[in-house]
Amino acid sequence: MYGFGLIKGLGITLKNILFFQRINTTQYPDRKASIIDLAKLENKNFISYAFNNPKKTLKSMLGMIVISDKVDQHPRFRGEEFSWYEERCTGCASCAKYCPLGIIKIVTDQTGKNYAEGQNYDIETFDIDIGRCMFCGLCVEACPYDALHMGSGFEEGQYKRNDLVIDVERLKKAEKKPSHWFRPQLEKKDDYSPFDDEVAWDKAGRHQKPSKDDLKNKWIRR
Amino acid sequence: MISFNTLYLFLENLLSFFPDKLVFIISGLIMSVAICTFLIGLGSIYTWFERRVIAKFQNRPGPNRWGPFGILQPIADAVKLLIKEDIIPRAADKMVFIAAPIIFLCTTLLVYAFIPLGMDSQLGNTNVALLFVLGITSVNALSVFMAGWASRNKYATLGAIRAVAMLISYEVPMAVSLMGIVMVSQSLSLVGIVNAQSSIPFIILQPLGAMTFMIAAIAEMSRAPFDMIESESELIGGYITEYAGMKFAIFQLSEFLAPIFTASLFTVLFLGGSLPPKFLEFLPIPGILWFAAKSFVITAILLWFRSTWPRLRIDQIMGFAWKVLMPAAILNTLLVGLQLVFIRDNYILQIIINMSTFVVFIYLIANILGQKRLKLKEPVPSELANMDA
Repeated sequence: MYGFGLIKGLGITLKNILFFQRINTTQYPDRKASIIDLAKLENKNFISYAFNNPKKTLKSMLGMIVISDKVDQHPRFRGEEFSWYEERCTGCASCAKYCPLGIIKIVTDQTGKNYAEGQNYDIETFDIDIGRCMFCGLCVEACPYDALHMGSGFEEGQYKRNDLVIDVERLKKAEKKPSHWFRPQLEKKDDYSPFDDEVAWDKAGRHQKPSKDDLKNKWIRR
Repeated sequence: MISFNTLYLFLENLLSFFPDKLVFIISGLIMSVAICTFLIGLGSIYTWFERRVIAKFQNRPGPNRWGPFGILQPIADAVKLLIKEDIIPRAADKMVFIAAPIIFLCTTLLVYAFIPLGMDSQLGNTNVALLFVLGITSVNALSVFMAGWASRNKYATLGAIRAVAMLISYEVPMAVSLMGIVMVSQSLSLVGIVNAQSSIPFIILQPLGAMTFMIAAIAEMSRAPFDMIESESELIGGYITEYAGMKFAIFQLSEFLAPIFTASLFTVLFLGGSLPPKFLEFLPIPGILWFAAKSFVITAILLWFRSTWPRLRIDQIMGFAWKVLMPAAILNTLLVGLQLVFIRDNYILQIIINMSTFVVFIYLIANILGQKRLKLKEPVPSELANMDA
């Protein structure tokens, strides 16, 4: 019958308000904690916890206790804070070439460096214009030496447009928490979580960086 | 028992050293300012209540940040809206632009002048209160159109045009649906209508009229599922597109006052106002509490509808007004008229006839409107598409 769906819909909303339904909304960055949440944090039964801490119980009932809440995200999350390892980067600018938007600017300096001996270029400029980035991750895929990784954080809001351009200094200072995106070697490490642990530059690559002697031999043989 | 009349007399005695006419004016002003302040406070608390309850209906947490259960949210909203910059667009018609929200709020508040909140508890009592209420609510359409027109904004004007079309067409079934009540109670005064329901509330006697009035009233205050005027997803808010700061706050406030007003009007017209139900008369509860309880239930039902149903298309809204509500209202009037002539005192027979008409009418209308109007032909595969050949 026409119009029966209206009544059905009313039934569903009525069920929501009359019976307790689990609210799935994740509140970010923090939420009002109930006494059950507080007891869970200390791994205790909430009834005994409430009896032992009446002050906290009252405060939580009035909504005065706020605990931080995390958003569940996948380890392969393509975050905004690129982790870039200066020691691994050769300045080949593959990332800049592969970027479909052309927002990576990379300038290398070779004065005073004997690059014939396998040393890296000095990276003078490495600008990533995050304001136009679409997080396709092609720059990371293109990197032959695993120097550039997607990050796992995303709280990089800025007040000015120009601040959205990440320069070398910021890349150097950034927390090195690479995500698993296109980096199977990180995924294989069972103890590594991109949200807690940092990765040193020599652990981030697919293979160990060759020693100076190896490089020398390679260079001479070719 | 405290009623408005006793309060008024108390004020009159207090101010007796003034001349008579001045006393009348001053005490009336004090009473009306008190009522308006109370209503505005109620409206701002109601914003929190509505958001919270709708969130619970829809399985969301609702406002919960500021204070216990987010109850201080209205204060935060008010502070934010009042401090904000008051922008008037350069191309706007300044006078009309400023006047529109004031007229909107005034008309919403004016309605409360004649609603009897309890025994002898109304600011004024005229013998044409119902006519006044119907008239003053249709001024809303004018202020909405003033707002939309003065903004010089295409979206605002579109919203205003829709508003006028909808509000005017819903006014007709709304007025006709009240005709049955007026005929039975033989009075246009709201006090008279309440007194006529001392034996039986009109919602049982005239369910068809009650349904029509309820739906038309929801459309009149332009809330979901009839919120075509604002439709955030299409018109950026309709006529309030260009408004900001205090004027926007006034619009919002009067929009949140509208359901309170509608609930109280419905209570007066169909639920017997401040009169207790027949089987609960022995309880020593003052009439104003009965009134508040009934209005609260109606408000909750309005919220229930709002949280459940999606918005209608503009042609569906207009069609609904003329194809469903108008016949329902006319049928109700016709039935009541016939019953007044033939079975005036036989309430039970009246209830049976009206209830069965209500059910049959809804069933018939649903089946007539529910037919698939667009019947698609069976697709015939063309010869060219024959892949076996």
